[in-house]
Amino acid sequence: MLKKENRIFKNLYNEFGWDIENSIKRDDWKNTKDLISKGREWIINEVKTSELRGRGGAGFSTGLKWSFAPKEVGSRPHYLVINADESEPGTCKDRDILRFEPQKLIEGCLIAGYTVNAHVCYIYIRGEYLNEGKRLQEAINQAYAKNFLGKNACGSGWDFDIHIHYGAGAYICGEETALLESIEGNKGQPRLKPPFPALVGLYGCPTIVNNVETVAVVPTILRRGGKWFASIGRPKNTGTKIFCISGNVNAPCNVEEEMGIPLKDLIEKHAGGVVGGWDNLQAVIPGGSSMPLLPKKVCDTLTMDFDSLIENKSGLGTAGIVVINKNQDIVECMARIARFYKHESCGQCTPCREGSGWMWRILDRVVKRKATFSDIDLLSDVTKQIEGHTICAFGEGSAWPVQGLLRHFRKEVESRCREEPLIKKKLNNPYLVDQHLLENKNA
Amino acid sequence: MSIKKIHDNQPKEFKFSDENLKKIEKILKRYPEKNKKSAVMPLLYLAQRQNDNWIPLAAMKHIAKYLAMPYISVYEVATFYTMYNLAPVGKHFIQVCTTTPCLLRGADKIVKLCKENISPNENEISKKGNCSWMEVECLGACVSAPMVQVNDDYYEDLDEKSTKEILISLINDKPLKPGSYRGRKNTSPEKISISNGEKHA
Repeated sequence: MLKKENRIFKNLYNEFGWDIENSIKRDDWKNTKDLISKGREWIINEVKTSELRGRGGAGFSTGLKWSFAPKEVGSRPHYLVINADESEPGTCKDRDILRFEPQKLIEGCLIAGYTVNAHVCYIYIRGEYLNEGKRLQEAINQAYAKNFLGKNACGSGWDFDIHIHYGAGAYICGEETALLESIEGNKGQPRLKPPFPALVGLYGCPTIVNNVETVAVVPTILRRGGKWFASIGRPKNTGTKIFCISGNVNAPCNVEEEMGIPLKDLIEKHAGGVVGGWDNLQAVIPGGSSMPLLPKKVCDTLTMDFDSLIENKSGLGTAGIVVINKNQDIVECMARIARFYKHESCGQCTPCREGSGWMWRILDRVVKRKATFSDIDLLSDVTKQIEGHTICAFGEGSAWPVQGLLRHFRKEVESRCREEPLIKKKLNNPYLVDQHLLENKNA
Repeated sequence: MSIKKIHDNQPKEFKFSDENLKKIEKILKRYPEKNKKSAVMPLLYLAQRQNDNWIPLAAMKHIAKYLAMPYISVYEVATFYTMYNLAPVGKHFIQVCTTTPCLLRGADKIVKLCKENISPNENEISKKGNCSWMEVECLGACVSAPMVQVNDDYYEDLDEKSTKEILISLINDKPLKPGSYRGRKNTSPEKISISNGEKHA
C-alpha cells in the first residue's frame, strides 16, 4: 500500500481546490527555477535514475526518450507534444489530472520542454473533454499571470508557450504519429516509423510526445529525487500509478497506488470488492481494452506492473482495470470491444481495416449462437493476420483482446457454436458496423 | 471507420460571424505561420457551433478558402472525425457511451430509455424537435459508468431512474445539472456499494 506522504497526486478528487494558489500550497512550482538551472543532463539523469516508464501504454523509458532529442537545435525548432487523447476504454486517469492537478502538468511541460529544447508545447486533448480543456486553459492563464509561462518562464531564462489543440473523437489519434498528423490538420492516420518523431515529428521537426501522467509526475520526481521514486514499487517497474477500476466492482474509482500492488488488494481495498464477492469474478482486463483479459485463477496472485503482466501474456497498458463478474456474458463483452475497434480503425492498413470487421462479425455470430466450430479457427487466424502486419500498434490492440478470449475462454466460445449446418441458410448479419446508419435517412 | 452521410438540404452560403473571426485570429496565432492548415480542426468546431451544431458543405468550402487548402482536404478531415456532425442534430444532443465498461454497468438500459423517450432510432430528431441521441464509443469516464454526454457536459453514475429524469428535463428544455448522479465527489471511492439493478453492477 502506498503511504500517504508518497502520493504525487494529492488532489486527485479535488478535495483541496485545483487553482494555482492551492496548487502552490501543495508544493507545485516550488523551486522550479533551481531544478531547471541544474541543467538538461541532470534532469535526464534524474529521470533515468527514477526508472520512470511512460504511462501512456507502451511503458517506454522516459529518460531514454528525452535523450533521443537532438542535443543542439538545428535549423528546425523542437516541439513538445502532450498526449491527452485518452480514449482507451477503461481509462480515465488523465481526465482527473487535467481537471484537478493541471499545474503539475503545466510545470512538467516547462521542465520537459526545457530538457528537450522545445519552446512550444501542444497539449492534444480529446474533443469530448471540452470542459477539462477549458479548465486547463484557465490554469494555463493563471500560470501566465504569475510569469510561470511565457518569456523567461519562471525566471529560468527559457521562453515557453503552451497551446491546447482539441481532437474530435478519433481513438487512433492517441497513437503518437496519428496525433501529430491531426495537429498538422490532416486525417489522423499513423505514419511509418522510422523516422521516429524524436527526429522527424510535428511539421517535420524533432518532437517528443509524452503522456499526461508521465509529464505530470516529473516535477515531483526531480524535487524528491529519482532514488525516492525508484524506491517505490519494484525494480524496472517503479513509482506510483493511477489505476482506474471500473466494471463490476462495488465502488469504481480512480486511485493512486504503487506499482506492483496485487490486483486483489487493489480491487478489495479501494474499489469495494467485486460485485457478488471475489469468487464471482470471471475475468479482468488489466490495462485498457487493448490488453488481453485474464481469468480469475491468474487474477488471484497477479501483481500490477509492466513486467509481471507481460509474463502473464497481457500488459499494464494504461492501467485501466475492467472487472467482469460471472453475471456477465464474456463473449458479448469482447464482441463489444471488437466492435469498438471496428469503429475506430483509421482504415489505412488493409489487415486492420478489414480484419477488425471480420473479428467483430464472427464474435457477433458467436453471441447470437449462429457460429460454427470452423469460425473459431477462422477467428484465431484473422487475429494472427492482423497482428504485426500494420503500421501502428492498433493492429495488436484489436487482435490481442480476441486472442485473450480464445486463450482463456475457448470453452465458453465453443459452447455457443454448432456444427456446420447441412442446409446453409443465408444469415442476415449486417456487413458493416454502421449499417444502421446507412439505412437511416437522417444519418 | 464510421460512415457519415452528408445532409440532403444544404444551405447555399456560410460565413463566419464577426465574433468568430476574432476568435480565428487568435487560433491562427497558435500555429507557425506556414502551417495555417493546423487550424482546420478548431475552425470546423467554430463553424459547427455557429451553425446549430452541424457543419454544412458551404462551411467546409469557406474554411478551405480561408486557410488556402484544397476543399477535399477539409472534407477529408470533417468526415474522418466523429465529433463533426454533418447533418442536423437536436438542440440537446445526447451521446450514450456503450463501450464495454459502461455496458457492464447497464448502458443498454440507457439506450432503451432513449429509444422510448426520445426517438426509436439513433440520429432522429425527437417529436418535440429539440433532442436527438446516438450511441458512441468510449467517452473516457469509465469509473463513472454508465454515463451520457449532453452537448458538452457529462452526466455520470446514472441508473434508470436518474436517466429518465435527465431525459425528461431535456425534452422540456430545462436541463438538469451535469455531474455525478450518485452524489459522490468526482472519482473518489465510495463507502457504500450501489447496484444499478439485477444483472448490472
